[in-house]
Amino acid sequence: MSTIGYKDWAVDMADVGAIYPFQGWEVAMTVVGVAFWIGWHIIQFRSESAELEAARKSGDPEAIKKAIDRY
Amino acid sequence: MDGNLNALTTVFTEFYYWVTVVFMFLIHVGFCLYEVGASRRKNHMHTLMKNIMIIPLVTVTFFLFGWWIYWAFPNAFPGMGGISLEAATAYTPWSENMGTNMDDRITGVFWAAFLLFSWTAASIVSGAVIERIRSSALWMHAVAIGSFFWIVDAAWGWHWDGWMVKVLGYHDAYASGVIHAIAGGYALGVIVVLGPRIGKFAADGTPRDIPPHNSWMLAVGILLIYTGFWGFYAACNVPLISPEVIDGQIIGTTWTATNIYLAPTSLSAITFNFLMSLSGGLMAAYVVSKGDAFWTLSGGLAGIITASAGNDLYHPIQAMIIGAVGVVIVYKLHYYVERKFKIDDAVGAVAVHGYAGVVGLIIAGFVLWGAPSSPFEGYAAVNPLGQIIGALIMFGLLGFLPAYIISKIQSSMGILRIPLEVEIQGLDLGEQHTYETAIADINAATKAAMPAE
Repeated sequence: MSTIGYKDWAVDMADVGAIYPFQGWEVAMTVVGVAFWIGWHIIQFRSESAELEAARKSGDPEAIKKAIDRY
Repeated sequence: MDGNLNALTTVFTEFYYWVTVVFMFLIHVGFCLYEVGASRRKNHMHTLMKNIMIIPLVTVTFFLFGWWIYWAFPNAFPGMGGISLEAATAYTPWSENMGTNMDDRITGVFWAAFLLFSWTAASIVSGAVIERIRSSALWMHAVAIGSFFWIVDAAWGWHWDGWMVKVLGYHDAYASGVIHAIAGGYALGVIVVLGPRIGKFAADGTPRDIPPHNSWMLAVGILLIYTGFWGFYAACNVPLISPEVIDGQIIGTTWTATNIYLAPTSLSAITFNFLMSLSGGLMAAYVVSKGDAFWTLSGGLAGIITASAGNDLYHPIQAMIIGAVGVVIVYKLHYYVERKFKIDDAVGAVAVHGYAGVVGLIIAGFVLWGAPSSPFEGYAAVNPLGQIIGALIMFGLLGFLPAYIISKIQSSMGILRIPLEVEIQGLDLGEQHTYETAIADINAATKAAMPAE
């Protein structure tokens, strides 16, 4: 068994194509990739919303003035 | 060089490695920016000089004996055949090959590529120990890891004839273990003995954050390390070689690029996987650290490092997922170890390099299970057990253990850590005083030279 389809390199390189693991599963891997990408946006959006809401409510006027002056 | 095709291949290979060396210089530039950015103002110049002097010290020792070790030690392990003086004859510092020689245009650039890896190994350790180690102590460690321990592990597990490749089926194409796991393990061995910076832990053991004085400098430093990492990846390949020269199992006449084990891969493959593992690492780190800039940038690095063991063969989506998984494990493990064992790893080097390297090796054992580790007959195939044993050798046997022993000796002699008073006032106080005095003096002299009105 070899995940890349070759158990040894006793081959002519002119005849060799893909050598990545789990050939034949490209569509499934793409689905995983899309899920990872979309999932990231969902998690990041929720996290940012919570962070912005917390920041909106925690405004200390003096700290805000200092931040403005600091430019 | 007989024949124009041979000459062209040789000069191409020479130029190829030369370019990788120039790129890799940026890794050290990045480490300097990163370490200085992470340190407090009172320690800037010492932090910088501690890292700068790694360059000459490791270079000289790598010329004198480090390069020879790589060629002499592939089977220097009990029961594996021992040190081969014959194989390393051309790499003694008194060999004609180690100088200007029209019969050998490759040794110089190949030596330099490995040397830049040596700087990196030493510099990883340097970051973990900032603001409290004596420079002299760190430089002993730099020579130990940069010109001895890492190159022993490279001979064992990163050489076509290495015993770990033959017996364990060890596969570590872009150095998850041979650079990062060993350097992380080594850094841990030093800081366990060295102890935390003053104030790092509260009386009840709660860790305090010691923020970088300049986050921008730190961020640019990591971006430069990414850039240098491209060169590192290219340097780990043989750019062009014929089956006849490999002299292994590959048949036919088609030339190929190979990894360090002379097994087929391509620059395209590693370019796909470098970028996808970087991206997986950045995305996972951003989420897990809630957008923390330090951890997001370090996570990009950890993503690459986790996927590096198998990035010669992975599919890009596999590289991305492996990079992301590695970063989540590394992040959690860093804070667990910090709290549990009161470890002050100033730049997260043990986590980003050590833990990521170990995790990457183990994952590669499963994902590449059964793949040939070498183009030569009789070598073990890649397998999980071989990778786990390999990870223990890199992180533990050649990383943590020697660092712990050397640090214990240094500590017992009182030469490991700077005095308490100096740590409180900062290492740069003397230079700072001289600098301010000089400014006052030259300003006064300039004003005195002003023509009278």
